[in-house]
Amino acid sequence: MNLDMTMFHQAFFEEAGDLLAELENQLLLLEEKPDDTELLNTIFRCAHSIKGGSATFGFTEIAHFTHSLETLLDRLRNGKMQVTHPLSQLLLESLDQLRSLLAAARGETADAPNSEPLIARMEAMLNGVAPVSVAAKAPLPDAAEQEECLRHCVFLIAPGRAVLQQGTDPVALLKHLAAQVSNFTLRCRLSHLPQIEEMNPEECYLYWEAEFDTRLPDTELLDIFEFIADESELAITTVAGIFNGMQETAVPAPEHEHAAETAPPSAPTENAASALAKPEAHTLRVSTEKVDRLINLVGELVINQSMLNEAAQNFHMGRLPQLMEAVAAMERASRELQERVMAIRMLPIKHAFGRFPRLVRDLANACGKKIELKTSGEETELDKTVIEAIADPLTHLVRNSIDHGLETPQERRLAGKPETGVVALHAFHEGGNIVVEISDDGKGLDRERILKKAIERGLIQENEVLPDETIYNFIFHPGFSTAPTITDLSGRGVGMDIVKQAVVGMGGSISLSTTPGEGSCFRIRLPLTMAILEGLSLLVGEEVYILSLTSIVESIRPRSGDLRLIAGTSEVVQVRGEVLPVQRLYQYFGVKPVITDATKGLLVIVEYDGCKVALMVDELIGQSQVVIKSLETNYRKVDGIAGATILGDGRVALIIDVPGLLRNMSRRSQLLSAA
Amino acid sequence: MGKTALIVDDSSSMRQMVGFTLRGAGFTVIEGSNGQEALDKLTAGGGRVDIIITDLNMPVMDGLTFIKQVRTRTLMKFTPILMLTTESQESRKAEGKAAGATGWIVKPFHPEQLLKVIEKVLPA
Repeated sequence: MNLDMTMFHQAFFEEAGDLLAELENQLLLLEEKPDDTELLNTIFRCAHSIKGGSATFGFTEIAHFTHSLETLLDRLRNGKMQVTHPLSQLLLESLDQLRSLLAAARGETADAPNSEPLIARMEAMLNGVAPVSVAAKAPLPDAAEQEECLRHCVFLIAPGRAVLQQGTDPVALLKHLAAQVSNFTLRCRLSHLPQIEEMNPEECYLYWEAEFDTRLPDTELLDIFEFIADESELAITTVAGIFNGMQETAVPAPEHEHAAETAPPSAPTENAASALAKPEAHTLRVSTEKVDRLINLVGELVINQSMLNEAAQNFHMGRLPQLMEAVAAMERASRELQERVMAIRMLPIKHAFGRFPRLVRDLANACGKKIELKTSGEETELDKTVIEAIADPLTHLVRNSIDHGLETPQERRLAGKPETGVVALHAFHEGGNIVVEISDDGKGLDRERILKKAIERGLIQENEVLPDETIYNFIFHPGFSTAPTITDLSGRGVGMDIVKQAVVGMGGSISLSTTPGEGSCFRIRLPLTMAILEGLSLLVGEEVYILSLTSIVESIRPRSGDLRLIAGTSEVVQVRGEVLPVQRLYQYFGVKPVITDATKGLLVIVEYDGCKVALMVDELIGQSQVVIKSLETNYRKVDGIAGATILGDGRVALIIDVPGLLRNMSRRSQLLSAA
Repeated sequence: MGKTALIVDDSSSMRQMVGFTLRGAGFTVIEGSNGQEALDKLTAGGGRVDIIITDLNMPVMDGLTFIKQVRTRTLMKFTPILMLTTESQESRKAEGKAAGATGWIVKPFHPEQLLKVIEKVLPA
């Protein structure tokens, strides 16, 4: 059988990823409870599973490394070593190394850092306590001589009485022996049989004498019976031998063939190469419970459908209520099906929170602060894509809180606060959205410094009076950093704007509140899923378009005095003193207009990244949740369009991509002004 | 009639690999992620399989306890049980045997090797 081990690689990677996450959690707990044997057992089991899997699937380097780790953990588990700070540091570093090794095996990174230094440190740690007894494998008996000659043997096989109860069938073993030798004859011996009344049917009283020709060494023959070797009497007597030299040498020795068959799994380099070549398959693990519910629902749908069929086939007006009922049942089932299918993609947010205990610990050590991390709402479910996309922005915010928000223990003492600062992550549902709050009880944002910086950068005039909120929001401007010194952690000025971009890119929003001396709180509001959008439907000519609610500021009906033409081409509108460019959507999309007079239509004001534009539409239809269908996969990328959706009446409506539209507009106006 | 194998391992990739190998050899495969789950599946499946392949290190119920439990069931008294061990657990072979295991296979192994061991302990 030719089995391709690479087909299990994906499963192994996922599992190893989970194991590493658990390992990390447990190791962090271990720092607090170094004597917890249960904890040590779990840790050992994690490492052990990774080792077993990596060895089986041909990742020798991971297996080699985990083996050293496992030896160390075994020592700890048996209480032969104590968990000390340097030791737990070493364990955590080993964890990181494992992670890099796995990434390399996955083909994500070209090369993993060398494991040897860490292995050496682990060994030094082991040696410090007791010399490692590297059990030298007993050299195999020199079988070369035996191998070379064909022998005629008599093999006495007397299994122990209890072998049956151990699940061994001696006949199966004898058959196995027969298959490997030639001229096999077998005699069954009955002399150990007791009297019938003393006989226990669960015990084995028979023994055998096998006679055969073979080239196999004794060890290999005995190996067949290795599982029962201890309690059985096994003796091989070589009755006669024929030296190989007497036989024709051309005959290939069968054991060579045998050796080739049982060769160890294919070389790891080969595996790694094929892993590199294959694009990573994205998989989603779904609890069987969720799948079972889906199957139930599909079953219901099928029943509904046959009910509908039945009602429609022999239809007369008298059966209208029945038909209506069947339709209603179908509607219920399909709506539930939609919800359940969406739920498949939902994962608890703890997948994104999982990395923080370690991060906070390391950062706290690095900057000499005392920090406690609190998390709550970890079970809140979010779409898998959102969870993946939110991890980096979250990390950035947590780093920021630790680096800029929290004070040193000394400062905190002076301010009358407990020495240990708190960083809290809190996730919860709020009106069809998920909110994630990252808060700290540090010193809060420095209003004056932000103000100074904003003036320096020309974002505001020197004497402008602004509400606090506006001032604090300047930190989301590109390249805006108030950190007086650039530290290792943050303060390179490529921070908050990237975070904001990422959040907005997911259809979310970010806001912050801060109180000097008491701390700050960042609130990220995210859609439950990126596949469903809360949208406003608009009518342009005879076409329906959808705008994402998050990008809409307001909609107005302009008076004729508010509208103006600039340079004879660009239309603008004045809204409460602010002048905004107007884009007539029927012109932009080339739709046959119904209303061309802006004062008869409506202007929807949208905002992205601080830029506002008034979009002219005929009418607002209403607000609804729409399922986003990709235009790219079904057609091709269209500028200014984010996707499409199917309306209740079966028509297709396009979803307007506000950022794309704004980009296009500014490009056009640049072209115009250049011309 | 095809034979049934019960695979017990907390590592799903191992279960996949062993399961795939056995299915390829014509077995019907039942899987359990720990001893307790395997016992439940065994009961649910009529209390009888043709061979059991079990890991030792598992959460909830470890392999040794599992093997002992299986041997208390009349229907499973003579069923071959293979345990998966690693070379670092040399001493566990004896423990496994005392618990009632039929044999062992050392991890890492190639599917081919597993089939050879199974052939050895399973009456044709």
